[in-house]
Amino acid sequence: MGERESSMLSIKGLSVTVDGKPIINGLNLEVGAGEVHAIMGPNGSGKSTLAYVLAGRPGYTVTAGTVHYLGQDLLALPPEERARRGLFLGFQYPVEIPGVNNVYLLKAAVNAVRTVHGLPEVDAFDFLGLVREKMKLMHMEDSFLSRAVNEGFSGGEKKRNEILQMLVLEPRLAILDETDSGLDIDALKVVAAGVNSQRAPDRSCVLVTHYQRLLEYVVPDYVHVLVRGRIARSGDRTLALELERRGYDFIAGEAA
Amino acid sequence: MSESARQLEDLIGRGYRHGFVTEIEADTVPPGLDEDVVRLISRKKAEPAFLTEWRLKALRHWLTMKEPHWAHLKVAPIDYQAISYYSAPKSKKDGPKSLDEVDPKLLETYEKLGVPLHERARLAGVAVDAVFDSVSVATTFKDRLAAAGVVFSPFSEAVRTHPELIEQYLGSVVPYSDNFFATLNSAVFSDGSFVYVPKGVRCPMELSTYFRINAMNTGQFERTLIIADEGAYVSYLEGCSAPQRDENQLHAAVVELVTLDDAYIKYSTVQNWYPGDAEGRGGIYNFVTKRGECRGRNSHISWTQVETGSAITWKYPSCVLRGEGSIGEFYSVATVNHHQQADTGTKMIHIGRDTRSTIISKGISAGQGQNTYRGLVKILPSAQGARNFTQCDSLLMGGRCGAHTFPYVEVKNPSATVEHEASTSKISDDQLFYLLARGIGEEDAVNMIVSGFCKSVFKELPMEFAVEATKLLAVSLEGAVG
Repeated sequence: MGERESSMLSIKGLSVTVDGKPIINGLNLEVGAGEVHAIMGPNGSGKSTLAYVLAGRPGYTVTAGTVHYLGQDLLALPPEERARRGLFLGFQYPVEIPGVNNVYLLKAAVNAVRTVHGLPEVDAFDFLGLVREKMKLMHMEDSFLSRAVNEGFSGGEKKRNEILQMLVLEPRLAILDETDSGLDIDALKVVAAGVNSQRAPDRSCVLVTHYQRLLEYVVPDYVHVLVRGRIARSGDRTLALELERRGYDFIAGEAA
Repeated sequence: MSESARQLEDLIGRGYRHGFVTEIEADTVPPGLDEDVVRLISRKKAEPAFLTEWRLKALRHWLTMKEPHWAHLKVAPIDYQAISYYSAPKSKKDGPKSLDEVDPKLLETYEKLGVPLHERARLAGVAVDAVFDSVSVATTFKDRLAAAGVVFSPFSEAVRTHPELIEQYLGSVVPYSDNFFATLNSAVFSDGSFVYVPKGVRCPMELSTYFRINAMNTGQFERTLIIADEGAYVSYLEGCSAPQRDENQLHAAVVELVTLDDAYIKYSTVQNWYPGDAEGRGGIYNFVTKRGECRGRNSHISWTQVETGSAITWKYPSCVLRGEGSIGEFYSVATVNHHQQADTGTKMIHIGRDTRSTIISKGISAGQGQNTYRGLVKILPSAQGARNFTQCDSLLMGGRCGAHTFPYVEVKNPSATVEHEASTSKISDDQLFYLLARGIGEEDAVNMIVSGFCKSVFKELPMEFAVEATKLLAVSLEGAVG
């Protein structure tokens, strides 16, 4: 895949270790504006590590390579700064934060972005209206508004909350880390509808997933297969279907 | 320690923001304590004989007592003869009759502290009594309160205007012989607040006292007495601050609350005495005795405290639940950072039938702070059907601080129900990163998590003070994570 004129994300030769152990080994990836990429791969292939490194989680050491996001050196930015510039990570395991209200967090997150752009803080009333509207799309109950962040949420509720946050924050680049895992088919459709509602020419999405099930509802422009920390194969949607049929082993075999 | 933890350690603690000194002429008694000093204090306040005698009894008893050392605290020796037991801003007249007569410099001080006696207090609808060193300087809203029949005045004034109430209630909850610091206070207390809410009256506004220690080498020994007569209700808040000095200063206050049948006192404290510097030099020794007695049936006393300041805090706001069906509550957030130490908690003494108590304690330790919860739930044989629920949660930030819990339970009646829950946690890297990944800066993220941890206590505070408490907590714990 070559350079695109409107590059959203450009990863070149990225190598990452965790506690000295190599996890990602010379990974290249180009994501253009408006594109949806799916990153698939067997367990332990480095999918979640890639998502965390892009979001800036401490504990991951980049030993080689560069990452550019909207033309800026992404790795030089602290995690909160990445978020404020429109990079969003949907967590595989969203944490509970007792006593911190969902809406309060959402508002703080939105205001953090607005402050960077020199905008005034959101009007509390208008904001609540916006949140309610997005909640409807995600089939979330009103009681959500008064609950603490993810506290006592079921697995599916937590994932829907991640997508709700994404809808409210309207990021340029969303990285969704196994947002589909643990969802029943109805919840999966809701989540997919949320992701699809975000598709736009100036916004991109990286879906990290183990199964191709989500890709029936969110159709990706590109599919990449990650094996041992490197992209072993790229293709279009049909690659995901092939994987479903043949399993990861055939690619792992090729890559070895 | 990981790199991020080290960076965060560096961020711990911003300077104390109330550490300024007001240049003001003061009338200060030379250091030292004997019967002459006690008589002098009593004379300066033109007190009736019963009170002078009471003070002297306390002093004589105090001289036989030893400083207590059972708390989980390291206290540098205190030279009680090196403390000045009375300091008052000098004023041309005997005392200010209205705000116009108050020294503008004093008003400026309160302005700096964020307690403007004029406009903001009025807007907030809060009546404020401000105590500067030992003397009460201004009480706002007196007229409106008087119309409701509520007495809210400096203690020394109440001694003159309502001596019969003072004589009846002073020392009836915390006797002069109670403990070393309370006894010292009984001998030398100089001022404080007095509140009396008559039968059936719901106090029309929040009452508030602001304490400030300004002079060097003085102790502050204020005495507060609040009485809610049958069916009365009052919500009272105290705030505290002190200038930044290298020496330790002693604050040994006593608060007594009395509720008669169906009365309710809600007492809130936001304590922000100077905590000492990052190396543990200076700071206030906050050795305070607070106790309420639910004397009447179905009466209710609720303590809420947010303790962020002081080098050492030693206090156990307690409830004696004498009246049948009475309720005692204790909601506490105590934070320690740097070298601060806190040994705080409550005592719930169940005497009456069907008495209930709730204890929610949140301890936050950062830096090298040591935080101790110490609580006693005592159910006497007479307390048929008594119930207690206790929850103690500790939050640790960094690897050099400590949290300790000493819950004592004595149950002498088999029909009682006593529940205790406790937890100790750290701010997890997962929580912190989750918020960072939402664009929230590190300090704000920590504050958000800590405020969440304290929410069940903060919601007990009057609205405007809950906001203040949240901010105060943010200042005292800035960036502290582990």
